[in-house]
Amino acid sequence: MIVLQQLINGLQLGSVYALIALGYSMVYGIILLLNFAHGDIIMVGGYIALLIISAGISPLVAVVASVAGCIVLACLIEKAAYTPLRSAPRISLLITAIGVSYFLENVAQLILGADPRVFPNTAVIPSVTYNVGGLNISLTTIVTLAVAVVSMAALTLLVQKTKMGKAMRAVSEDMGAAQMMGININRTITFTFAVGAALAGIGAILYCCRYPQVKPTTGYLLGLKAFVAAVLGGIGSIPGAMLGGLAIGVAEVVVTALGYSTWTDAVVFAILIVVLLVKPTGFMGASMNEKV
Amino acid sequence: MMLSVKDLNVYYGPIHAVKGVSFDVNQGEIVTLIGANGAGKSTILKTVSGLLKPKGGEVDFMDKKISGTAPHKIVELGIAHVPEGRRIFTKMTVEENLEMGAFTAPSASVEESKEQVFQRFPRLKERRKQTAGTLSGGEQQMLAMGRALMSKPSLMMLDEPSMGLAPILVEQVFDIIRELHEAGTTILLVEQNAQMALSIADRAYVLETGKISLSGTGRELAESESVRKAYLGG
Repeated sequence: MIVLQQLINGLQLGSVYALIALGYSMVYGIILLLNFAHGDIIMVGGYIALLIISAGISPLVAVVASVAGCIVLACLIEKAAYTPLRSAPRISLLITAIGVSYFLENVAQLILGADPRVFPNTAVIPSVTYNVGGLNISLTTIVTLAVAVVSMAALTLLVQKTKMGKAMRAVSEDMGAAQMMGININRTITFTFAVGAALAGIGAILYCCRYPQVKPTTGYLLGLKAFVAAVLGGIGSIPGAMLGGLAIGVAEVVVTALGYSTWTDAVVFAILIVVLLVKPTGFMGASMNEKV
Repeated sequence: MMLSVKDLNVYYGPIHAVKGVSFDVNQGEIVTLIGANGAGKSTILKTVSGLLKPKGGEVDFMDKKISGTAPHKIVELGIAHVPEGRRIFTKMTVEENLEMGAFTAPSASVEESKEQVFQRFPRLKERRKQTAGTLSGGEQQMLAMGRALMSKPSLMMLDEPSMGLAPILVEQVFDIIRELHEAGTTILLVEQNAQMALSIADRAYVLETGKISLSGTGRELAESESVRKAYLGG
């Protein structure tokens, strides 16, 4: 019973990681950029929701505004910071992403202060806990799992079935060939950032409902863990990011349940090291062999 | 004049790959560019389709300047590019590859174009649900050509379509090029297989280290002493 309880807790946390990891993986898949500013977009999403709810406006408006804000921010970053570097060496892009990350954290600190603020989580999801056959399941857990499943199903449909989704896959496999097909790669790349940011916005709300506080560095560790999840799943792979997120979430909760809660972060990064040593392509990453 | 390339100069960084090349393609022709590896043939095609920006000179299509236009807009104008090495989307299905070829076409016409391609390449129909990476080399070349046809191009540029194929498949590929031409598509063909290319071309240009060294009808060049020595094995 304890095992099942912890598994459910782990899946809740893991599905938040999965939503965020998807943004890392999709952007990497399309322009080979590890977008380290992705975590900080979550922080911004958290603040947007917090400020709107604190102003007494409906939480539903806050959720929508937060997701919309994340999308707009991600597209702005892509246009201002990454597009001009499209043909630059990849290391320049990576350093720029780290720079954007520090920029967002410091701007947030300048405007909102460094102290953590309490997130009004019960305004978004009421604090109710159900007892199902001896298991304690909170409404937050149920909503988190349901929203994550629906978001990931919607993403899968988008990528597999729609014209834009197919264009995303084509650009990620061969940008030059995609251009020869008449695909507008700038638009496709911006769209990818927007989709990743929408998932991050949803992830931000769900994360803040579980850990109800926001501070300028909220996105730092969360983003790094989601990055580990993306690598574990095989960076560039969408189902991989989902699996990797769930696995990291469960691993963290299990470590906590065993009484080593101060070790959770260390365990997550140990997983990263082991993956990079043993199977750098992750669960579902593309093999490096190319057909000649 | 359908396509007109005027005094084209293209660089890869410091390397001057195409040095003042001029040539024309008239509506309804098969024109071929032949030459050794590294002569600048592929570079010219990539510049026409907008993937590379020329440093000097210009490319006109249907009497409008297209150099400097974004590649996806050039596809919309009616130029399709079958790239060297085929570059199909190996992780996508055969059908999805064809849909990508029709990216600029109105979505209502996609099914019909697909059927037309399947009629021309029945093997692709059999394998429509397979991922393209599982196709044989010959089938992949068919897919690359079928994919280009999906945009209903008026000018089709083919870059080394015979590369890496068994002789019988090379014959097939050239038969298809001939058929497409008869159906009204203008063809610009880049080939190292000079003999095959000259046998179907109306006109041909020989490219040597970024410059055009010879031009004439396909037959003239096939009979020319210097071409025979350099490209046709004596």
